[in-house]
Amino acid sequence: MSDATNEPELEVHALSCVRGDRVLFRDLSFTLGSGELLHLKGQNGSGKTTLLRALAGLLLPESGEIRWNGSNIRRLREEYSRHLLYLGHLNGIKGDLTAVENLRISATLDGFSLSEPRAWELLAEIGLRGHEDLPSKHLSQGQKRRVALARLLANDARMWVLDEPFTALDVAAVQLLQDVIRRHVKDGGMAVITTHQEVAMIGEHTRTVVLGQKHA
Amino acid sequence: MLEPLFWIVRRDLTIAMRRRADVFTTLIFFAIVVSLFPLGIGPEPNTLRLIAPGIVWVGALLASMLALEQIFSADHRDGTLEQMLLTPQPVALLVAGKVMAHWLVSGVPLVLMAPLLGLQFDLSWEALQTLIVSLLLGTPTLSLIGAIGAALTLGLRSGGVLLALLVLPLYIPVLIFGAGAVEATVSGLGGQSHLSMLAAILVGSLVLTPLATAAALRVAED
Repeated sequence: MSDATNEPELEVHALSCVRGDRVLFRDLSFTLGSGELLHLKGQNGSGKTTLLRALAGLLLPESGEIRWNGSNIRRLREEYSRHLLYLGHLNGIKGDLTAVENLRISATLDGFSLSEPRAWELLAEIGLRGHEDLPSKHLSQGQKRRVALARLLANDARMWVLDEPFTALDVAAVQLLQDVIRRHVKDGGMAVITTHQEVAMIGEHTRTVVLGQKHA
Repeated sequence: MLEPLFWIVRRDLTIAMRRRADVFTTLIFFAIVVSLFPLGIGPEPNTLRLIAPGIVWVGALLASMLALEQIFSADHRDGTLEQMLLTPQPVALLVAGKVMAHWLVSGVPLVLMAPLLGLQFDLSWEALQTLIVSLLLGTPTLSLIGAIGAALTLGLRSGGVLLALLVLPLYIPVLIFGAGAVEATVSGLGGQSHLSMLAAILVGSLVLTPLATAAALRVAED
């Protein structure tokens, strides 16, 4: 595995995505290497979520290729998923399960085991102390988001794909999440995020891609 | 390798335990459908005995179909399904786990309930035994095949009706051999060969359907 070199690990090559009859973007290319953060900008409906879903491998692009260490992610599939953590608009937690159960199950599915005490620790860290044992459906919107975000702390995926991660979070949680992302990138990870909030967090390794400008 | 499968089953069973009402609706539906026939046809024991295997089987089939929509729809709505597609685990394996949990929750109660309903039709003890075995072999197949339909109709507005149209024709072989096994026992021929066919269909579906369902889920999330 390449360490902190500038060899790009993620390459997006001439990507085009179409939803319905509408071309969202065409011939989009960029690369992302270790320790870099990509801030994806664009108006509502400019295709940010679509691009993130394509990056996660959930959505088949109209044309173009997404490569991870040189191979198409369509071919790598589970091999790529191992390095990926995707957090979409939906939190991906079960309302009938408690925060601890949710976190431990997603950890197991992600391929590592998370002990119960460790899960409690992580949830306390993300600001859910005292709510670890409640069915998640009784939590507030922001607290549910925190349960989902606790996966960022549990996981050691290199590549984070976060769609509007700051939605529904309070000021303290936004601060916390910014720190978590900054730490991840500093440790050689990669992240692609969309957000409408001003991200002050990000250091010199931030790149910006703006969707929906000149391609009409 | 099998640990994720175990966790998925455990997860879905935990959730089912916390919302028990869903289980009972299927079961009550089964009881009502099967009980309607004696009421409509009249209390002639010979007629009832003759039609019993088919009716219990059709009832079980409809009840199991009714429960299908729940396999993936909740997971689709809360985003756990897309997360499942993004894990390093083979999706077919996770699908198998979900279907297994679904069968334990919706299929097994049907199997346990069936002999009780069979008594209404004055079925002999041997026929009841065959009924149980045939349902035990047949209902998992129904869940496995139904999962493909459930995945294909995921997120559609009138998904329920479409699901029935997709899945019911595929249920026909299971129905023929399932009801046939009981009929053969009633008429004294022995249901062995029918049961063997049911078992063969089950093994075949067990191998093939999770792959098809996984592919359908990928399309649904696209």
